[in-house]
Amino acid sequence: MSEKASKGIWKVISASSMGTMIEWYDFYIFGSLAVVISTKFFPSDNPTAAFLSTLATFAAGFVVRPFGALFFGRLGDLIGRKYTFMSTLLLMGGATFAIGCVPSYETIGYLAPILVLILRLLQGLALGGEYGGAATYVAEHAPKGQRGYWTSWIQTTATVGLLISLLVILTTRNLLSPQQFDDWGWRIPFLISVLMVLVSYLIRKKMDESPEFAKAKAEGKTSKNPLKESFGNSYNLKFVLLALFGATMGQGVVWYTGQFYAMNFMKTVLNIDSSQVDTLLGIALLLGTPFFVLFGWLSDKIGRKSIMMTGLLLAIFLYRPIYKSMYESVDVNNKQLVKTFSENELDSTKNLSYQITTNEYSDKTISKIVITSNHSKLGPKLETKTTLNINNHDKWWLVFLVFIQVLFVTMVYGPIAAFLVEMFPTKIRYTSMSLPYHVGNGIFGGLLPAISTYFVSTAKENGNPTFYLEGLWYPIIIASVCFVIGMVYLKWENETLND
Amino acid sequence: MNLIKKILGIVWIILALLSAYFCIFMFGLPKFETGKQEDFVFGIIVLFVLTPLIVIGLGIFGFYALKGEYSEAKL
Repeated sequence: MSEKASKGIWKVISASSMGTMIEWYDFYIFGSLAVVISTKFFPSDNPTAAFLSTLATFAAGFVVRPFGALFFGRLGDLIGRKYTFMSTLLLMGGATFAIGCVPSYETIGYLAPILVLILRLLQGLALGGEYGGAATYVAEHAPKGQRGYWTSWIQTTATVGLLISLLVILTTRNLLSPQQFDDWGWRIPFLISVLMVLVSYLIRKKMDESPEFAKAKAEGKTSKNPLKESFGNSYNLKFVLLALFGATMGQGVVWYTGQFYAMNFMKTVLNIDSSQVDTLLGIALLLGTPFFVLFGWLSDKIGRKSIMMTGLLLAIFLYRPIYKSMYESVDVNNKQLVKTFSENELDSTKNLSYQITTNEYSDKTISKIVITSNHSKLGPKLETKTTLNINNHDKWWLVFLVFIQVLFVTMVYGPIAAFLVEMFPTKIRYTSMSLPYHVGNGIFGGLLPAISTYFVSTAKENGNPTFYLEGLWYPIIIASVCFVIGMVYLKWENETLND
Repeated sequence: MNLIKKILGIVWIILALLSAYFCIFMFGLPKFETGKQEDFVFGIIVLFVLTPLIVIGLGIFGFYALKGEYSEAKL
């Protein structure tokens, strides 16, 4: 590639990636702050139900992503990639900023969760339109034989967006006291998004339309009705279904297990302190991110299918041993207690009393158990909360185990943008590739935290001794079906852009 | 390979029907009767989001596979 062409594509990559990364950031701060949000926008008398409602609201954003894909995908195939993904950026930024402004449940009652749900749906619609546009835009600029490499930069944006959301949350937590963060500081990550969106919007405004789309438009070869051509035509519909069941469905569950479920698992099942979880997850994501580009590049050389299927297979067989090891490494029943002390605190304004027990273990793990009761010795226990501060050895072991999961993510996700783009012709590409991507990721993947957390809590209630592994059945079954379909029906060699 | 693809088409259709049964009668409807909010949320997700997608999508995919739409010549 000439120096000028190389400069040109880097400009395309940076403008596309930055906007997409910001949209992922906006989308994921909701998930990263799920534990705090559950106490702000939902009734607090049942913490588990509030947390699950938050996860369901989080999931609602994923469920509408396919509708965003259809709506904006159609626009992208009719009026062009550039203007469509500029509008998704503004919609996402506005909705995220507004979530940061919604008053809490204590102030406006049930209007709070309703408003948050509506804004979350708008976020989902915007993201549904964004990704397909960015991936298509980059792929249509990429030279032949290097599409996997160039689109893999777009593939890093979801993980980088999640990483930046964790960094912003960690920084905000460190700058404020726990009380300040809990009262109003959690709103900051939502509010600052508006600045990032503005910068990205201005950069994107200067970009040109994709050359393939511009050429198709000049020749009058754009689609008149992309939805009908994509899904009303059995020839295209069979590819949409193949992309979904043979690739994106499995890729979606691997993505969300390795990053989001791992985070929820450490926070709510292992009860590790939130800041420690954010830090160790951040390190694992940082170490894993370059592998998106490596596997994207490798997919140009040895084919996309072999890498994606290997990632799926490894995930299917290694998830249970990985999560077993995560649980056992921090399980206090395997540790020797060396010191314990209790104290009582009283909050007369809320009429609550707290019994705080701190246990220290020989390996420097510290557990803090807070039992909240009504301010009366006979009052019922309202909540028991355990927080674990793990030692350095356990922390690095968990970083390693999460990093392994991120590697699976990079294998299945790194090559997938190029894979999807190559399946469909220019005139319906935005619409056709967006739908299987967002159904696989948004629905099969996005619902994973809510479904798997439900399986774990139900198994725990039923006294299942390995309750902590029950949430893995969902990703393992989905990934297994996807693996078989992918192995049998997908082609081994990469396709050229089929026009 | 084309024959295996066709035969597996029947497997996907059967899997779609089995999914319909389990999603509706084991993971869906019973969850609305417990009165617990977490069961209710789970029931809605399974019954109204996952079930239609898996049953209809996998069913059509199986039908296409059985018809030979995914044979080497047609891909």
